[in-house]
Amino acid sequence: MASQYVNDPMLEVFIFETSQQLEQVEQSVLETETLETYPTDTINEIFRIMHTIKSSAAMMLFNNISILSHTTEDLFYFIREDKPQNIDMIMLSDLVLESIDFMKLEMGKIKNGDKADGDPQIIIGKIKEHLSILKEVNNLTDSAKTNDEPVKEQYYITSNRLSKSIDKKTYKVIVTFDEDCGMENIRAFTVIHNLKDITDEIKSIPEDVINDVDSVEIIKKDGFIIFIKTDESEEKLQTFFKTMAFIENVDLQEFDNVAENENAGNKILLDENEIKIPQIKEAKSVSENEIQSTNSHQSQSMISVSVEKLDRLMNLVGEMVISESMVTQNPDLKGLVLNNFNKSARQLKKITDELQDMVMSIRMVPLGPTFIKMNRIVRDISKKLNKDIALNIQGEDTEVDKNIIEQISDPLMHLVRNSADHGIEAPEIRFLQGKQKTGTITLEAKNAGGEVLIIIKDDGKGLNKEGIMKKAMENGLVGEELEAMSDQDIFNLIFLPGFSTKELVTEFSGRGVGMDVVAKNIESIGGNILVESIEGKGTTITLKIPLTLAIIEGMNIRVGQSCYTLPIMAIKETFIPKANEIFKDPNNHEMIMIRGQCYPILRLHECFKIKTGANNIEEGILIMLEGESQTFCIFADELMGEQEVVVKNLPKYISSMKKINGLAGCTLLGDGNISLILDVNGLSSKSRMIN
Amino acid sequence: MSNVIEEFEDEFEDDEDIDEGKFLTFTVGDESYGLEIIYVTEILGIQKITEVPELPEYVRGIVSLRGQIIPVIDIRLKFKKPFREYDEKTCIIVVEIQDISVGIIVDAVLEVVTIQTEEIVPPPDINEGYGRKYIRGIGVISNEVKLLLDCNKLLNNDEIQDLEQQRIDM
Repeated sequence: MASQYVNDPMLEVFIFETSQQLEQVEQSVLETETLETYPTDTINEIFRIMHTIKSSAAMMLFNNISILSHTTEDLFYFIREDKPQNIDMIMLSDLVLESIDFMKLEMGKIKNGDKADGDPQIIIGKIKEHLSILKEVNNLTDSAKTNDEPVKEQYYITSNRLSKSIDKKTYKVIVTFDEDCGMENIRAFTVIHNLKDITDEIKSIPEDVINDVDSVEIIKKDGFIIFIKTDESEEKLQTFFKTMAFIENVDLQEFDNVAENENAGNKILLDENEIKIPQIKEAKSVSENEIQSTNSHQSQSMISVSVEKLDRLMNLVGEMVISESMVTQNPDLKGLVLNNFNKSARQLKKITDELQDMVMSIRMVPLGPTFIKMNRIVRDISKKLNKDIALNIQGEDTEVDKNIIEQISDPLMHLVRNSADHGIEAPEIRFLQGKQKTGTITLEAKNAGGEVLIIIKDDGKGLNKEGIMKKAMENGLVGEELEAMSDQDIFNLIFLPGFSTKELVTEFSGRGVGMDVVAKNIESIGGNILVESIEGKGTTITLKIPLTLAIIEGMNIRVGQSCYTLPIMAIKETFIPKANEIFKDPNNHEMIMIRGQCYPILRLHECFKIKTGANNIEEGILIMLEGESQTFCIFADELMGEQEVVVKNLPKYISSMKKINGLAGCTLLGDGNISLILDVNGLSSKSRMIN
Repeated sequence: MSNVIEEFEDEFEDDEDIDEGKFLTFTVGDESYGLEIIYVTEILGIQKITEVPELPEYVRGIVSLRGQIIPVIDIRLKFKKPFREYDEKTCIIVVEIQDISVGIIVDAVLEVVTIQTEEIVPPPDINEGYGRKYIRGIGVISNEVKLLLDCNKLLNNDEIQDLEQQRIDM
């Protein structure tokens, strides 16, 4: 399984970093594209990141990515250096986004172990064309530059030393490598190796780049200093260095005699200042942007860990929590007075609890990045459909479990797409209706107890109740009962499979697959969806999702010999009923009246066909559960107590055999037994089926 | 019992190549069966099984194997034979195929034997008997006949459709 994915740590880092950088560029572009021109910071950022990607992709031999980023880099180099006027921002953003999409696609291929075989030529062509147009336009307003190719790198050339002497001369060359090229000593070795073709006398500091472990640090800090004696001209040497990969800066100086060569040690100190300036600049701009793990001088304060490892850690901690209670609640200890043991056991419990909290907190990640991704969708749709849409993001700091983030990102995308596509009207229509021309989609997250609410709100046209009802009737999704349905129930119809008010099909959404998938995805992580809508005013979709999938507060109940666990969140109250409170409807379904409200009763032993257990309603206990769509009572033998349980999925063999309605998973109890975790919404649909 | 298990575990440490042609044999009723040893990960004594509702009868439930939850099926019920109470000889053979682990409840585990390919004959072509389709061959060793099971087919959920069909019919 795991071996299918990336094994090579270098590749893993490459994928991780590059994806992150692409994301960053995308965000910068989206943030700034509405402005007249890119701020200098953004240009520098894009330039730098493209440069980085170019180098690392080239190192990993992904040429298509490297070439494309190189072209983009060229474009931004031009923009950065020449500050052209009249940039077609929309065009430019499109190009950048297109390149990013291409690279993302390739990254996806690499991640899956496929060959990155996409052909970037079309995009490259477009970018080059755009660059030449830019140059032309720019020349009309500012005729200073006529270079066809922009100078790729900055060189510090001491211009008065263009010597053409054919005598052998000594040069001192300080080579600075790309800050993030990695393996500086190998790069340095390559330089020397290549230099051997044109000269025979080379001396370098540090001398032994391959075997000296400190060489990397020295090169990083001071640059790679080479003294060469050659009869080649300075220009030739410059060109020579230019052609080599990963070199950021070359400082070429002529030495008058060999004697100076010997004094070089002192000189370096002086020269150091010269090259340090650009280095510091570069470093600063890097630190502005969060985690860039390449600066290995500084001890790293962040590490990235694979989710797989975290999952295993989580499992182990779960096991430990269980083993701990197996030890401390061991039946052998019953009745013994063990003061010291109890003291130690408490200490152990404290530590395991803390450990568990810690592991959980590691897995918690903010929703921000997922939300920010939606910017792109909104942008694309608003451009394509000529709509004016603003995306408003709130509460992006809210943290949820990593697994949940993965699960909700697709549904979220779908919902936002729907809002932008179907919800928000075209500007003219909005104007006619007296609304603001710009439609607003609000994406909000907030904590509510053990759950997180994600709210997608738009101020568009809202859902058409009649339309939905008509459609549902046509598709045979509902029958006569439609009349009696509440607004809420009607809106929920859109989550049924095969439902789509088809008049709305566009490129982005409306194929009738989707909303049901959204609902399914959200349900699969134990969440639920609420739709509220006012026609003409807008729609609000609220996703209620649990903070974490891994651990829930559970209430263990017993039915016959079997033990079940209910999520505490769902329990409203428990009580021992009196036989005379129970009544039956004509269909022989049991109900109970509590405080003037009628609730159906679901007997667990009947619905799960458990042979033993209490049959008389007064011998057991009723537990009132609040499901997504209804509140109902279940009948069990007894409550066994609260426990934090680690949720485990049912084995694949069983889940592939059949989806058992009403079961969410299973867990290990303190005594090593297995308890089945009940799914309240599944049970509720069961109780409805019976009733 | 525990001796037997230890013995088997020693065998498991061998290389996979050596496992070629090796079968774990067990009894169900009067017949003895064989399972290719490469699929077998562990043998457990019978333990408390947690029932899972709404499953076919032969899926007895789930057990915890050092924190891993695995389903157990009763091979008697799978072969439509009458249920027999579990005793101290009853064993759960844990097999793993394509990342799916399943425990198989058998009457008793016998031993590990090597059966050469040439000693395996295809099962006769009769369509009788429910369990027949799970037999991939018949091995003969020292005049005893072992029915060799096809692990893949055994764990294949191909009768789900049958079940669904039954429900619709009902």
